Amino acid sequence: MLLSKKWLKDYVDISVSDKEFADVMTMSGSKVEGFSREGAEMKNIVVGQVLSIERHPDSDHLWVCQVNVGGDEAIQIVTGAQNVNALDFVPVALHDSVVFGGKEIKKGKLRGVESCGMLCSLAELGLTAHDFPYALSDGIFVLGGDCELAPGMDIRGSIGLDDVVTEFEITSNRPDCLSVIGLAREAAASFKVSLKMPEPAVKPGDADVNELLSVNISDSENCYRYAGAVVRNVRIEPSPRWMRERLRASGVRPINNIVDITNYVMLEFGQPMHAFDLRFLEGNTVDVRRAENGETITTLDGIQRTLDDSMLVIADKKKPVAVAGVMGGEFSGIMEDTREIVFESACFKGTSVRATAKKLGMRTEASSRYEKELDPKGCVRSLNRALELVQLLNAGDVVNGIVDCDCSKDDVRELPFDWEWVNRFIGIDVSPEEQREMLERIGFTVDNGKILVPSFRGDVLAPADISEEIARFYGYENIENRPFVSTTVGRLTESQKLGRLISENLLAAGLSECVTYSFISPKYYDKINLPENDALRKSVVIMNPLGEDTSVMRTTPVPSMLEALSRNYNNRNSSAKCFELSTVYLPVEGQELPLEKVIVTMGMYGGCDFFTAKGVVENLLCALGLLDYDVEAVTDCPYLHPGRAAKISAEGESIGFLGEVHPSVLENYEIETKAYVACLDFEMLEKYDSLVKTYKSLPKYPASSRDLAFVCGREIPVLILKRAIAKAVGAMLESVTLFDVYEGEQIPTDKKSVAFSLMLRSADKTLTDEEADSAVKRAVKALDKLGVSLRS
Amino acid sequence: MIKSQLESIRQAAAEKIASAEDRAELESLRVAYLGKKGELTAILKQMGGLSAEERPVVGQLANEARTYLEELIALSLQRFKSLEKNARLAGETIDVTMPGTPVPRGHKHPLSIVLDEVKEIFLGMGFSVASGPEVELDYYNFEALNIPPGHPARDTQDTFYITENILLRTQTSPVQIRYMESHKPPIRIIAPGRVYRSDAVDATHSPLFHQIEGLVVDRGITMGDLKACLEALAKELFGQATKIRLRPHHFPFTEPSCEVDVSCFRCGGEGCSMCKGEGWIEILGAGMVHPQVLRNGGIDPGEFSGFAFGVGLERIVMARYRIDDLRLFYENDIRFLSQF
Repeated sequence: MLLSKKWLKDYVDISVSDKEFADVMTMSGSKVEGFSREGAEMKNIVVGQVLSIERHPDSDHLWVCQVNVGGDEAIQIVTGAQNVNALDFVPVALHDSVVFGGKEIKKGKLRGVESCGMLCSLAELGLTAHDFPYALSDGIFVLGGDCELAPGMDIRGSIGLDDVVTEFEITSNRPDCLSVIGLAREAAASFKVSLKMPEPAVKPGDADVNELLSVNISDSENCYRYAGAVVRNVRIEPSPRWMRERLRASGVRPINNIVDITNYVMLEFGQPMHAFDLRFLEGNTVDVRRAENGETITTLDGIQRTLDDSMLVIADKKKPVAVAGVMGGEFSGIMEDTREIVFESACFKGTSVRATAKKLGMRTEASSRYEKELDPKGCVRSLNRALELVQLLNAGDVVNGIVDCDCSKDDVRELPFDWEWVNRFIGIDVSPEEQREMLERIGFTVDNGKILVPSFRGDVLAPADISEEIARFYGYENIENRPFVSTTVGRLTESQKLGRLISENLLAAGLSECVTYSFISPKYYDKINLPENDALRKSVVIMNPLGEDTSVMRTTPVPSMLEALSRNYNNRNSSAKCFELSTVYLPVEGQELPLEKVIVTMGMYGGCDFFTAKGVVENLLCALGLLDYDVEAVTDCPYLHPGRAAKISAEGESIGFLGEVHPSVLENYEIETKAYVACLDFEMLEKYDSLVKTYKSLPKYPASSRDLAFVCGREIPVLILKRAIAKAVGAMLESVTLFDVYEGEQIPTDKKSVAFSLMLRSADKTLTDEEADSAVKRAVKALDKLGVSLRS
Repeated sequence: MIKSQLESIRQAAAEKIASAEDRAELESLRVAYLGKKGELTAILKQMGGLSAEERPVVGQLANEARTYLEELIALSLQRFKSLEKNARLAGETIDVTMPGTPVPRGHKHPLSIVLDEVKEIFLGMGFSVASGPEVELDYYNFEALNIPPGHPARDTQDTFYITENILLRTQTSPVQIRYMESHKPPIRIIAPGRVYRSDAVDATHSPLFHQIEGLVVDRGITMGDLKACLEALAKELFGQATKIRLRPHHFPFTEPSCEVDVSCFRCGGEGCSMCKGEGWIEILGAGMVHPQVLRNGGIDPGEFSGFAFGVGLERIVMARYRIDDLRLFYENDIRFLSQF
């Protein structure tokens, strides 16, 4: 919302700096985005009167002018324009001046003749023919009678290009502030000055409006009120300068007197207005009704729109002439030969206008106002203001009376005047008199313990809303801080602590933390080779995605991790080790919302192998006290190398997996090196972790160690040998560690040599050699049963 | 006779020991004088020919000479050892300016670093950390927060829909309702998490970003509490000199509502490029919980009141580290991550 300072001055008298005005308004709730003075960049441009004009001696198109710019002597200026005559008043950019756009003007010579400045066109002042319709758009701006024709005067003052425009950010609950009056009211309350509220006065005219116009509201649910008036003998011409310049300052292009009046009233009162050409209103009737399905209208912008029965239209006897609250039809506009018009000042239901504008894909100034829910009580006053302006501008003859079809409720909202509650709720101490004054300044009435809410404040529904009014005029900055005393103990849940522990552990293992998008492309499932019928392909699908790449919620974090690795690889990072506690979104049969699960996802490439990844996983499980888990080879994970993938489980329940990424998946991600991923289900880690620690006394007796090497089939997992050894040795075994696996010379081709180091210890005595040897024998015998022999 | 022999051996030996050049020579001197076949030993062997009066005197002299020479040898040996050690250490000199062996270290994501800090601040003020689903019902994301269908506030939050009444939450505020439904006051929570809006990706927009919701509900909570709490947050996060400014604003689920600015932490409020010359940077929205929202959460607004706030995490992190492009957060380039 752009606010003209000149316009505001009609209604409130505030004499503070523009900066202070902006600050005070911001702090009382009307946020100022910025303010600027029109023509601020222009410098040294004045009104001049051409005293004489002669042809340039050396040119057939240049003219040499003697111009009175207010000094004792006229100055000489050479111009190429052909529309200047002696005695014309023109804008003169003097020596050392700056015109619109920042261009500097200096004196110089044009074909040998001295020129002490430049005569300016509209464009050089940042204006167009809309601002001064009588001026040529491609010649010098010859000032008309609506300018102050005083040679030497600053041009901005002369032509009224000297307003200060303040830009406000108005929140959606305050459509009343999308108007000069609304902001004037806020300003008056903020500066504690009085508001000069205008009451439009229309002089009586001829005839009776009811003979020329009838209005019916068929859908009173979506149209609260429709008021109309008729103007005859319309005289279309440009509006006067004061109106044009206020429109310009408000960011609206002046068109002609009738259109300008509708815009002027909208800006002034916040009420959208529309002017119909009565010629095209068949039967001189207005019906506010729902459109029929498939009914069409060509709107003012020349586009044909197909309507449906959820949309409200303004119709004459035969056809829709406007989409209610959104845009008029093509013949409804004002033309050069328009002679009779109908002014519409109506109030439609916000949600209806919003839905229609959205469906038709055309949000207009009117619709964006209506959708915030306007005040039906404002219709008639705005209509009268339009008529008053018609008379003021002599733009036509106003027909007596208005047609007012009012379906709005007439009740005034009442709230209790509970000033003590407000003080308690906000934490302030403001007397009832002061509170009353604050409320009355913004149009509320306080009477007999009750607050009457003004009709334009549809947002004020409850005592809390009243408290905001008091708080903002008391000043948020004046509310005293109250030391914040907590009555609760703040702490993380076990689950949150586990998350933190996992992150810390993975960071310590050298993995960096990623943040990846939760949505992916369904094509990513192809990229990781998921079979067509894989359950993970069933994702939560976004109805209105930005693009395919972000159109489904991921069911697996693997594509996101590979994406991160791939990006690093493409950026020529020689290695990357990453992790994320990634959420996946799994649709659940019979439930509205998907299951949101956290997967601890790890990924790496460069300077690592399968066992690096496994080491990270094992180290993490160990840190979580999850020591009792199974690892088995898996060959059928679609995105993992069939010979280098493992599943991890606890008590028969899967915890996660890890492995080398399948070469064909790596190809899809354009990663030309080996990469590894691991995923652990957070919930499972939480279920099987063991973070409660109990101290075990340090051993009192020495350990005996024995190294054993076996020869076994290449395909036998070492885990099986290890388990057999552990079982055979029993309680005496403190640890069994694999320290060598060897294939090659001295070992048969399909076999491997596997060497373990056994640490044996008893808690209550020193083991004898015999005891240790016997334990070893048990281990050898147990492996022998598996067909594994001691390496000789 | 023996006496003078002893004396000359003692002198000769002492001289040789003193001039010995290494441990080997010293050892051979020890053998030559004190060994089984050594000169001193040989003298002692002659003692049998001495008289009973002379024997103890000579014996004592011989022992003194032996002890004397042993001490000399020991001292000399000590000297040699020390020289050898010095020589060895000199040989072991390394170039201490060569780089150390790298210890692999992972880097926390900058969003997590700051989020953890925010959590610490609030844990210290007695808050707990809550969470809620990202795929959410329209009811929790909008309706229960006073944003019914057709409400203009829905426009400012372009929403990703799954079905007509299921969406990707556009804010962390639905956690307010969910938490109130399942907990009784006093309530003090923050709820950080991912939120989604249909904004195309560029340097300052992302369809996914993070918010931190805050909610306090108790008896007698006022705007004075809200101000104190947010001021504490600002000071902890941006430094003790930080000031805050509450500007009236509108959110459908708080009343009164405000936007909160902090004094620019680069220029301290003087005005600079970071704060666009204003001296203030907007960091969050807040307000007193709307009575209807309390009711929707099953809490009686006649008995309890509360405040709520929502902070955009990315914005704070970008300001703190002077990151100028939001996309860096989600690209996960290791060269970016390892700066933190």
